[in-house]
Amino acid sequence: MTRDDIKDLILDIIADIDEDAEFAGLDSDKPLRDQLDLDSMDFLDIVMELRKRHKLQIPEEEYPELATLNSCVNYLEPKLKDQ
Amino acid sequence: MSFTPLNQAKDKYDVIVIGSGLGGLTCANRLARAGHDVLLLEYHFKLGGLATWFKRKSHVFDVSLHGFPYGMVKTCKKYWTKEIRDSIVQLKDIVFDNPQFSLKTTFEKTNFSDILVKRFKIARSVVDTFFETVNSMNFYDDLAMTTRELFEQFFPGRTDVHRFLMEPITYANGSTFDEPAITYGIVFSNFMNKGVYTFKGGTDKLIGMMGDELQRNGVTICTTAKVDRVITEKGKVTGVAVGERIIHAPCVVSNSGITNTIYNLAGRDAFPAEFLGRIDKVKVNNSSCQVYFGLRPGETIPDIGDLLFTSTAAEFSSEEMLKMDTRSRTFSVYYPKTRPDGKEDYTVVASMNGNYDDWAHLSAAEYAKAKEEMIERCFVDLERYIPAIREKCDWVEAATPRTFNRYTLHTKGTSFGTKFEGLDVSRNLFKALPGLFHVGSVGIIMSGWLGAINYGVIVANDADAYLRS
Repeated sequence: MTRDDIKDLILDIIADIDEDAEFAGLDSDKPLRDQLDLDSMDFLDIVMELRKRHKLQIPEEEYPELATLNSCVNYLEPKLKDQ
Repeated sequence: MSFTPLNQAKDKYDVIVIGSGLGGLTCANRLARAGHDVLLLEYHFKLGGLATWFKRKSHVFDVSLHGFPYGMVKTCKKYWTKEIRDSIVQLKDIVFDNPQFSLKTTFEKTNFSDILVKRFKIARSVVDTFFETVNSMNFYDDLAMTTRELFEQFFPGRTDVHRFLMEPITYANGSTFDEPAITYGIVFSNFMNKGVYTFKGGTDKLIGMMGDELQRNGVTICTTAKVDRVITEKGKVTGVAVGERIIHAPCVVSNSGITNTIYNLAGRDAFPAEFLGRIDKVKVNNSSCQVYFGLRPGETIPDIGDLLFTSTAAEFSSEEMLKMDTRSRTFSVYYPKTRPDGKEDYTVVASMNGNYDDWAHLSAAEYAKAKEEMIERCFVDLERYIPAIREKCDWVEAATPRTFNRYTLHTKGTSFGTKFEGLDVSRNLFKALPGLFHVGSVGIIMSGWLGAINYGVIVANDADAYLRS
């Protein structure tokens, strides 16, 4: 997957979690938590959905890697390069 | 709702969930939606665990509906259905009445802060800093500070303020001043958001909707199916023994109590010695007593509030609240608005904390007498709010820690799971015995309706990771 594909994937998953999420004006370097009002349960949903869709196992201690859209992409790019 | 007879269940599933409290139900639903083949086994004939109700004459009594935090709105929408979310409504009148103060609050942050400032004369800056402190607490923070120390830091010597802050939480999860301050901070912040909510239609409607949703998602549900033990082979879970049957699954999620799960279902021998050391330190929380009042059809109750925290004890004391003759109790008042589609019904449920050991060894005659005395104490207190309540009632009944033990099988009838150390054991169970997971009230913070449902989601994620590894 390309970096843009991964971005779309994350936004797609968040849209599934919260249909009212507003992505216009989203800053890729700022925490998703603050901009989209996500809580720790929402991040758990993202982790579970990534596992379901792409067989990714993300250990709990690496959840902070999902903090911003760009950190998600940086973290997931090597894991999803062959998908 | 019709369930599957146990003899028609298959021989093998991806996951077996033992117990159908809100944590077990949610975990089952989440795993089914993630694509796993799930069997849910419940010992009772109804789903819901302690999220339960019972019928007497024309009344429906809700055992634990009382009121939950606003977070249930988002949680129910995400992990259940929009229909369930849409039935959540606010309870606006929360009443405190004790020798130190009598007041009414919505339990919303602005209203609650104003009361602290105006009624209790606390500086606004202190109130704001207190809220910031508790809001920022996380379960992995330092455990050294107790709730007592937290309160003394912000409100030294103010036993009235301590009572205002603590009493509802002690009823909600059995915690005391001596628990880690973070357990208080997390639970209090959950409630102190947008107030207290309830489920319009009652517990029966909620659990019915959850059962329907589980079946739509392909979960096989068997009730009156008591699991005797979890089967392990070569250090891993392989299934369960239930009645005459052995049913296989690589993953078992127990929504039985954590101590029941370890000691009765899996057995101590199934765990490594190091882990047993941690297990043996787990203390179960206290149990509860309740008295249920049903009003004769045609009788009414004036609007006296939805949830009343009452006490005639001079000051707050969690020890006093556990005594058989405690002078502290909540009254949950259910008006016809609780079940707008049902028959007009007024009920009141008095809830008290209680110790199993105080009730366990009474003879039949002593037990009956102790229940009568408890009912009388509740009547005396309730008469202050509803005059002539004795004449208005056509049903009164008491439940004790023995009742809670009988219906949930929980060790010592615990109604709030375990103290804080239980959380670590519960979450790491599958590392000690691969394939075995626990969901249910643990660690004070994973308690109550919202805590139980969210913990169901957390454990479903752990179980899903195991199943896909």
